[in-house]
Amino acid sequence: MQFVFLLEQVVNGLVLGGYYLLIALGLSLIFSVGGIVNLAHGAFYALGAYLSITISRWLGFMPGIVISPVLVAMLGIVFERLILRRFYREDPIISLLVTFGLAMVAEQALRMIWGSAPLVQNLPPEFRGPVMLGEFLFSRYRLTLLAVVVVVMAGLWLLLNKTAFGRVVRAGIQQPDMVAALGIRLQPYMTTIVMLGVGLAALAGALFAPITIVHPAMGAEILTIAFVVVVIGGLGSFWGVVLAAVLVGVVRGVTIHYAPAAGEASMYVLMFLVLLLRPRGLLGEPIEKFEK
Amino acid sequence: MKISDSGAPHASGYWSRRDALKAGAGAAAVGLLGFPAIVRAQPKAIRIGHLTPMTGFLGTLGEYAVQGIQMAAEEINAAGGVNGRQIDVMSEDSINPENAATKAQRMIERDGVDFIAGEISSASALAISQVAARHQKLFIAVGPRSDVLRGANCSKYMFCIDIPNTVMVNAVGSALKRDGMVDGKNFYTLTADYVFGHDLLAAAKNFFAANNATLIGNELIATDVTDFSPFLIKVRQARPDIVCLNLAGNQVTNFIKQYAEFGLPYPTVGFNLNTADAWAAGVGNLTGTWPTVWYHTLDNPRSKTFVEAFQAKYNRLPENHAWISYITLKIMAQAMGEVGSAETPALIEYLESGAEFDILKDRPAHFRSWDHQLIQEAYPFTVKPAGEAADVYDMIVLGDPVPDASEPLENIYPTAQQNTCTF
Repeated sequence: MQFVFLLEQVVNGLVLGGYYLLIALGLSLIFSVGGIVNLAHGAFYALGAYLSITISRWLGFMPGIVISPVLVAMLGIVFERLILRRFYREDPIISLLVTFGLAMVAEQALRMIWGSAPLVQNLPPEFRGPVMLGEFLFSRYRLTLLAVVVVVMAGLWLLLNKTAFGRVVRAGIQQPDMVAALGIRLQPYMTTIVMLGVGLAALAGALFAPITIVHPAMGAEILTIAFVVVVIGGLGSFWGVVLAAVLVGVVRGVTIHYAPAAGEASMYVLMFLVLLLRPRGLLGEPIEKFEK
Repeated sequence: MKISDSGAPHASGYWSRRDALKAGAGAAAVGLLGFPAIVRAQPKAIRIGHLTPMTGFLGTLGEYAVQGIQMAAEEINAAGGVNGRQIDVMSEDSINPENAATKAQRMIERDGVDFIAGEISSASALAISQVAARHQKLFIAVGPRSDVLRGANCSKYMFCIDIPNTVMVNAVGSALKRDGMVDGKNFYTLTADYVFGHDLLAAAKNFFAANNATLIGNELIATDVTDFSPFLIKVRQARPDIVCLNLAGNQVTNFIKQYAEFGLPYPTVGFNLNTADAWAAGVGNLTGTWPTVWYHTLDNPRSKTFVEAFQAKYNRLPENHAWISYITLKIMAQAMGEVGSAETPALIEYLESGAEFDILKDRPAHFRSWDHQLIQEAYPFTVKPAGEAADVYDMIVLGDPVPDASEPLENIYPTAQQNTCTF
C-alpha cells in the first residue's frame, strides 16, 4: 500500500521533471550556443500560457496548446534577430542586463494586454479526473502531459544528434571558430535554436495553464527552478538537463512524501550537493569558449 | 513600486501624489490671482500611508485593495474632503514583512503620514504594527485575519477591520454542522506555512475538538508552492472524510484547480477564501462551503451602489478586499470628521468609543475597545453545482449572515476569556 503511494510520487516527479525540462532545455541550449543567460526565458513561458488561453477561446483547447508555442517561436526569431544577436560575443553581463530588462517589460506588457487579474483556463472534461490502474491513481491530464514531453524530447534529441543541423549546432557549441573557418555561418543555426528554445518554454506554459494560475509574474516564478535544473544538469549537456529535471521532480515528490516541510528546500539542497561534488553539474562538460 | 508612477493600466484611475500636487498647484495659482487669503488658509492634506502586497502570492488581492481605497479617497475628496482637508493615500507594494516594516518606517519618518492603513498578510501586519507602536502612530490593519493580531500580539495603536480566523471558522462551522459534515468526521487539513495559516489551524483544531471531529493529518505548505500534486497524493493516502483548506492567496487557486484535475472523491471545505482566488480557478473547480466577509451579491442598497460605482470605475466586479479597503477609508473619514483632526490619540479615543460605522451591511459595525476588532456580520457561502453557473461571478451563493439577526454580533467573535489581548 505504502509502495503504491511512493510510486505515485515518483511518477508524479517524472511528470513535473518533464515540465521543468521543457523550460530548462531551451535555457540551456540558448546559453551553450550563444553564451547568453536568457533571463527573459520565463516571459516566453508566460506568453505561451496567455496566448494558449486566448486562442483556445476562439478555436478550442487543443488548438490553443498547439498554436501558441508556434506563435511564440516566431516571436523568438524576432527576439534573436533584433536583440540577442548583438550580444553573442559581448560581456555576458550585458546580455544579462538586457534580458532582465526585457523580462520586466514583458511582464508589464502582459499586464497591459490581459490585465493583472489571473486568467482562467479550464481543463476540458475529457482530460479531467484520474486514471486508475488497480490501486495506482494518477491525473489523466498529467499522463497526457508526460506523453507530450517524451515525444518532444525524442524529436529534439533526433534533431540534435541525427541530423546535419544538429552536428553543426554541437560543433558550434564546442568550436565556433572552427565551424566558421569551415565556411559555415552559425547565425541561422543560432536563430533556429533560440526559436526552438522559447517555443519549448511557451509549450510548457500552454500545457500548464489549465492547472496553475496564469498571471503576469508567472515567468519569474518558473525561471528559478529552470536555472536550478540547468545548473544541476550541467551547461550544454542535453542528457544532463534531462537527468536533472527528472531528479529535481522526483526528489521533491519523495521529500514531500516523507518530510513535507522540506519539499521546497529539497531542490536547493540537491543543487548544493551536486555542485560540491561536480562543480560543472552532473554531466556538464568544459566549454572552451567560456572557460578561457 | 509606487502606484502613482507605475505604468499599470489602471494607474490613470488612481488618485496619485502627482495628481494631488497638480491639483494643489492649480488651486494655489487661482488663489494667488484672485483670493490671496485662501492660499494661506489652504489646509494641509491628510496623508495616509497605504501598504498592501501587489506582487507575490497575495498580489491579486492587493490590487483590489488599492482600487478600493483609492476610490474611497476620490469620493471623499470630491465631496470636499474631511473638514476641508483633502485625503492623499500613498499606495505602495509590501512584498514581505521586512519590506513592509521598512516602508512603514519611511512613511512615518520621512513622508510624515498621519497614519498607516493596509495589509493583507498577517505577517507583514505584525511587522508594521511594531513600527507603528514604536512611533506611536495609528495603524489600521485592513485585510489580515490572524487571531494573534487581536490577541497575544494586539497593540493599542492597531485596529483590525477584517474578520479574524476564529470568525471565519465559526461562520463556516455553523453551516457544516447544519449539513452533518462535522460530527464524527475525519478531517485532513492543508495549511499555509506562515503566521496566518498556523493561527487558522489553531482555530480549526479548537472547532474540531469542540464538535467531535478528528484531525487525521495536516500539511504545512510554503507560500510559494504552486504545484500541489505531491500533497494530493498524500491526501489520497490518508483517505479523509473531508479535505479542509487553511490556505491563502494564490495557494487556494492552485489547489482547487489541481484538486479538480486529480478528481479526488473527498469533499472540500475551507476556513479561508478570498473570492478573487475562487474566481481565478474558473467554473467547475470549486466546491464546498466557505466563509466570506462580504460579497458583491449582498442584497443591500448601499452595497449595490458601491458595486455599481466600482464597476463603472474599474470595469470589473469588486472583490472583498476592494470592499474592505473602501469601507476602511470611509470609517476613518467619519472618525477624522468627528474628532476634527487626524492625530493618533484623538482617533484612538474615538474608535474605542463604540461609535457605529456603516459598512454597507445590514447591521452597522463598531470596534471593541479592549481588542480593537471591528465587530460585524460574516457569511458562509456555497458553490453552485457544475453546469449551473453562467460564469465565475455566478458560481457563489451567499448564505444568510451570521450571527442570526436575533443574536448579538459578538457571539461569533472570540470572547475576552479566549482572547489574551491587553494594552
